[in-house]
Amino acid sequence: MTPVSSKQYADDVSLLMVLIDTNPLFWSSTAAPLPFSKFLSQVLSFLNSILLLNQLNQVMVIATGLNSCDYIYDSSLGLTTQRVETLLQKLEEFVIKDEELNKDDSVDGIGSSLLSGSLSMALCYIQRVFRSGSLHPQPRILCMHGSQDGPGQYVAIMNSIFSAQRSMVPIDSCVIGSQHSAFLQQASYITGGVYLKPQQPDGLFQYLTTVFATDLHSRSFLQLPKPVGVDFRASCFCHKNTIDMGYICSVCLSIFCKHHKKCSTCGSAFGQPQTNVSTSNQKT
Amino acid sequence: MSNNGKRKPMNGEDDDDEEDDEENERDLEAWEKAYADERSWESLQEDESGLLRPIDNQALHHAQYRRRLRSLSSASATSRIQKGLIRYLYLVLDLSRAAGEMDLRPSRMVVVAKQVEAFIREFFDQNPLSQIGLVAIKDGVAQCLTDLGGSPESHIKALMGKLGCSGEASLQNALELVHEQLDQIPSYGHREVIILYSALSTCDPGDVMETIQKCKKSKIRCSVIGLSAELYICKYLCQETGGLYSVALDEAHLKDLILEHAPPPPAIAEFAIANLIKMGFPQRAAEGVISICSCHKEAKFGGGYICPRCKARVCELPTECSICGLTLVSSPHLARSYHHLFPVTPFDDVAPMLLPNQHRRPKSCFGCQQSLLNPGNMPIRCVTCPKCKQFFCLDCDIYIHESLHNCPGCESLKDSKSVD
Repeated sequence: MTPVSSKQYADDVSLLMVLIDTNPLFWSSTAAPLPFSKFLSQVLSFLNSILLLNQLNQVMVIATGLNSCDYIYDSSLGLTTQRVETLLQKLEEFVIKDEELNKDDSVDGIGSSLLSGSLSMALCYIQRVFRSGSLHPQPRILCMHGSQDGPGQYVAIMNSIFSAQRSMVPIDSCVIGSQHSAFLQQASYITGGVYLKPQQPDGLFQYLTTVFATDLHSRSFLQLPKPVGVDFRASCFCHKNTIDMGYICSVCLSIFCKHHKKCSTCGSAFGQPQTNVSTSNQKT
Repeated sequence: MSNNGKRKPMNGEDDDDEEDDEENERDLEAWEKAYADERSWESLQEDESGLLRPIDNQALHHAQYRRRLRSLSSASATSRIQKGLIRYLYLVLDLSRAAGEMDLRPSRMVVVAKQVEAFIREFFDQNPLSQIGLVAIKDGVAQCLTDLGGSPESHIKALMGKLGCSGEASLQNALELVHEQLDQIPSYGHREVIILYSALSTCDPGDVMETIQKCKKSKIRCSVIGLSAELYICKYLCQETGGLYSVALDEAHLKDLILEHAPPPPAIAEFAIANLIKMGFPQRAAEGVISICSCHKEAKFGGGYICPRCKARVCELPTECSICGLTLVSSPHLARSYHHLFPVTPFDDVAPMLLPNQHRRPKSCFGCQQSLLNPGNMPIRCVTCPKCKQFFCLDCDIYIHESLHNCPGCESLKDSKSVD
């Protein structure tokens, strides 16, 4: 995809929206390569270094929980001396609240946190920054993610990606978990951001400062990790296999691998003129 | 300034005077420019008590948006209406003598061309699987500027190259041409025509009513955007075929009217037969490979996509493979249309004075954290999502419904998620 073009405002001032995955099931499992406390200390040092790079830089932290999402920290509220304390306190309050919202249904494996929610909130905040006038920092989003991709969030995440692409906001991804995240690969590719899965997560701070710390204007002078063959093939709705060629229902755009007589999503009979049926309330 | 018509060219003195007058005309004082060029009185408005206030653009924008949303939601109720997602749209531009009128600066034709360019880009952004064709009416005949195709650049290039107006406008010829072309498209596609009509008459070789009935029978949905005045024949055409007729008041209104046609219209079920369309999802070709690309017919280095059926190389998606005819798309292209199928519920207005529940009202918008209270601690207008009950400011409301298509509150709630 084409790299992000810079607009006509302050060149190297950035607004960094950090989305931190706080899924307790992930952090307590073996899939997490380092304990949450070590992860958090490296991320906090990174945030401090961003704010040191330029006086006008701004950082917002949003926590992506298992059952909810919330704003954790806003650097424009001042408080340089108590920065770490305020952040940690709000984070702890959030995690406690998130756990209280736990329903008692069993989740297999490490579950998936609500990435679509925090992405939507970040984009709303960025729109507010755009509305504030012509002199504002260049916004970008950094997702620190470890949980699995939740297939139920596909449509919402794609909507966020297209909206970010239209507003020219790159989405960078730093994947901590054991598997690659197809959603974040697509997000970074389409919006012109950087996707990275650190090979040695113990040195996370080093990856963060060398890859994700530079502002958008200076990225054109650096050799950042390039996107490696993002797979844009679709999966069929019936078996969830990735397919090369498939059949698309012309009414609801569901993808099938074999020819069917009737669409299982919208109920249209193929090859015959339909009767006027309004689709029932359904999400894939 | 003196009336130049009365001046008689005599000797050198008069010529000097003429020159002086012209220079004065060019060198208007700043206060004169405010009347001649800027029209500062137009940005004032009278409020209820008769006092003059400057126009508050933001409040107007919000009010207009909420009004439009209310009218839309009352029309469609709560059921999900099927929309025609695979559209074959013909844009008919009137390039007759009337298009040279200068009531829209610099001329109607130029303004229309600019808005059509913006429309084409927006259309392919919202409907990546659809195709557009351009038709121009000039000198009483209709000619195809471009055939139905999916690449915005080729249409815009063809449009900008052929801008010249003359002759009469003929509605019947345009409809006949479009009807002939749209007969050839597959049965699952939705057939649409948008006519941008500047003339006040139509010069037809036969009975235009017959042509209109033919279009109605072929299930072509015709909409007209008028640039001069309302015409009965256009109104009749739109009523018969189920399209929209509107007349633009000025350039900004024209832009709104054209862009209204960009999102897919509600589909009338009998108009298109549901069918399974075979499509391919090509993978990106390996970097560093040299191959001959089938769209430009020249050797290209690296990049591109490989058709899964015939293994030909194509440069960009979405496209039709020129060797085997398979429609090639990638999953984001399909995903771009999903928000039409799963729209965000319109948010409800919140009454400014909710006295018993005043303490329960949050202090900031859930999406952007903007304060929902004025400096004097008075609550400002906000909206709430009927599903997740979170509060949002009006700007977030507009952004969520027009661009994002996700409610941040609903997405941040575990309950509304359904994991496959």
